[in-house]
Amino acid sequence: MNSTSGVGGTEGGTGVPIAGSAAPRVRLPPPVSRGRQLRSGAVGLYRVLRANPLSFVGFVLVAFTLILAAFVVFAPHLVAHYGAEQQTGVYNSAPTLFRWPPSFAHPFGTDGASYDIFSEVMLALPTDLGIGVAIAGVALIAGGGLGLVAGFWDRPGHLSGYTSSFIMRVTDVFLAFPSLILALALVASIGKGTIQAMIAIMLTWWPYYVRLVRGEVIAVKHLPYVTAARAAGVRETKILTRHVLRNVLEPVVVYFTLDIGTVLVIFSTISFVGVGVPYPSSAPEWGSMMSFYQGNYPFQIYWWAITFPALAIFVTVLAFSLLGDGLRDVLDPRSRRALAESAAHEPPPEANVGEPPVLTLPLGRDSPSGSAALGGAP
Amino acid sequence: MGRSTSDLLIFLGKRLLQLLPVLFGTILLTFIVTHVAAVSPCARWYPHAKPSVIAHCQAQFALPIYTQFWNYFSQLLQGNWGADQYGTAVFPVIASSLPATLELVFTALFLMIVIGIPLGVIAAQFAGRWADHLVRIFYLSGWATPTYVGAIIAADFLARGVGLPSSGEFSAPPPFVRVTHMSVVDAIIAGNLPFTFDALSHLILPAAVLAFINMGIATRMTRTSMLEVLPLDFVKSARMKGLSNFVVLYKHALRNALITTTTVLGVEAGALLAGTVVIEEVFAWPGIGAYAFAAIGGAGRPNFDGAIAVVVVFAIGVVVANLIADVLYGVLDPRVDWR
Repeated sequence: MNSTSGVGGTEGGTGVPIAGSAAPRVRLPPPVSRGRQLRSGAVGLYRVLRANPLSFVGFVLVAFTLILAAFVVFAPHLVAHYGAEQQTGVYNSAPTLFRWPPSFAHPFGTDGASYDIFSEVMLALPTDLGIGVAIAGVALIAGGGLGLVAGFWDRPGHLSGYTSSFIMRVTDVFLAFPSLILALALVASIGKGTIQAMIAIMLTWWPYYVRLVRGEVIAVKHLPYVTAARAAGVRETKILTRHVLRNVLEPVVVYFTLDIGTVLVIFSTISFVGVGVPYPSSAPEWGSMMSFYQGNYPFQIYWWAITFPALAIFVTVLAFSLLGDGLRDVLDPRSRRALAESAAHEPPPEANVGEPPVLTLPLGRDSPSGSAALGGAP
Repeated sequence: MGRSTSDLLIFLGKRLLQLLPVLFGTILLTFIVTHVAAVSPCARWYPHAKPSVIAHCQAQFALPIYTQFWNYFSQLLQGNWGADQYGTAVFPVIASSLPATLELVFTALFLMIVIGIPLGVIAAQFAGRWADHLVRIFYLSGWATPTYVGAIIAADFLARGVGLPSSGEFSAPPPFVRVTHMSVVDAIIAGNLPFTFDALSHLILPAAVLAFINMGIATRMTRTSMLEVLPLDFVKSARMKGLSNFVVLYKHALRNALITTTTVLGVEAGALLAGTVVIEEVFAWPGIGAYAFAAIGGAGRPNFDGAIAVVVVFAIGVVVANLIADVLYGVLDPRVDWR
């Protein structure tokens, strides 16, 4: 029915087949074994992380970032000395607007008002993370809810079918805009500012979750256990919340992890354009810092002013991406099946030579090949 | 299963018809964003304008909403896209800056194809080993770099290091007529070799940044599809025939794996177009992205009609790119029924 949903049959690179409008045209084999259940809890996570060293690096970095952010929130004086000492005039006592290069006292240097850039970068960490989680969270709840409804109740010819296709058509229209452009236009018309920029991104971010969740619901809702529940007389709403939602949750949460980084990038870009967080602000933000420093501090002389906020964004987003990308590899039925098969058919000659025993992942309880996934590959 | 030429025409016609509601929807959504959701729009959009302009704007916004929409919609269709608050018409500027953006986007797309896809093949070939990890670090680094960070680093730092220019399309005003408004193409048409190289040297950095930031999905999809294709029987039989590894990988396997990657590249058009907003601003590239940056208020000079125009143009760009990807997918994948 539309031009965008038929494209590729995948959405956002997650490799999740989109059923629905693409289904009548593309004859895909029925989803036989999805096998995407992970061993829940710490054991499952540990095994996923061991399978891919980069995911492990990402996990460590994410944990480090979160701990650091908690320190900034609960014990700011340990991490940053911007707030307290600025009031006592220690940094403002400098008579000239001198910009100090990195030193032992100021690891990231100081800026024109002699503010410690290390402190500013640290203070921005919880702000940026909070904004990323808030925007992605709202998008997850709003878009995910719409996706559940659109995927679960879509009987053609009935009210539910019309509602479902209406939701999907509106989603298509939103997806036709690059979200950055639409968010910029929204901020420009509702006014610049932190809250406005957040609202603007939330309003443009939910359609991705509609697509993702709807695709997952459609894939799950015809599985035998759902039919069995229905035959047993379980109410539809209960089937949705107890049987469908639970199985949809996992890929969505993984996508959410990856998404926090992406949202952070978009938000800081809007700040960089100058319509997001203002500079200076009581709650510093990396994008607005970069925007200010880029405009006022020539890079060739004051290299530290831009370098450290840039590194902060890069490392934070890379952490979430490393973790999310590795998880996605494991959750994506296509790449997992392929890895398992290639491992089964062509064992690498160096395997088992001086290496720990082949790791088995309890990924696909319902698919025998799933256990070999990634396990034989490294 | 209809895959004849007449079926292809039906297929194309259907795709084009399905485009119309989405296009109308994007125009409607742009209207809602700029006219309905706007808070005190006139003061915000015309901060430096003459009182007469502001009075005209306020009179426009006082009209009933359907009259406003009709005015907006009919003007848009007639190509009468208004003017900024200093009186410069929007449409000619957009028409002359769009080619520069397309040049940038297509160059980036080219780089994504010639670098990103082979990287995906290498990652699949050595799945789980160090080459795979290196490729993953490379594309995730692009993924994790905000466009402005990449652009600033390239323009301020890399440009010096490798001796490439980092601003504008040419080092000197070109002595020839700008036929297409694409710098390299115009220089080639004029037969001016020094200017061709000059234009290329200006183009390469912004395009490389744009490609690096968006390469991840192409590489990732190629890797996933290759992993899916490599264990299949036809690849094995190609190997058993004694074909070289290169031919097996790039001629037999990649050809099948590319179907998915092609469509993903089409979907990437939106990200590429959005990336031009910051990249063109940093590299002073005279395209529609830099125009959008200014129109939306990046430099404190918002431009109401210009903002509407760029949002609509970007949306049309994405819709058309998706159409192309959709059609390509239908042509490349033999399982797609054209009827």
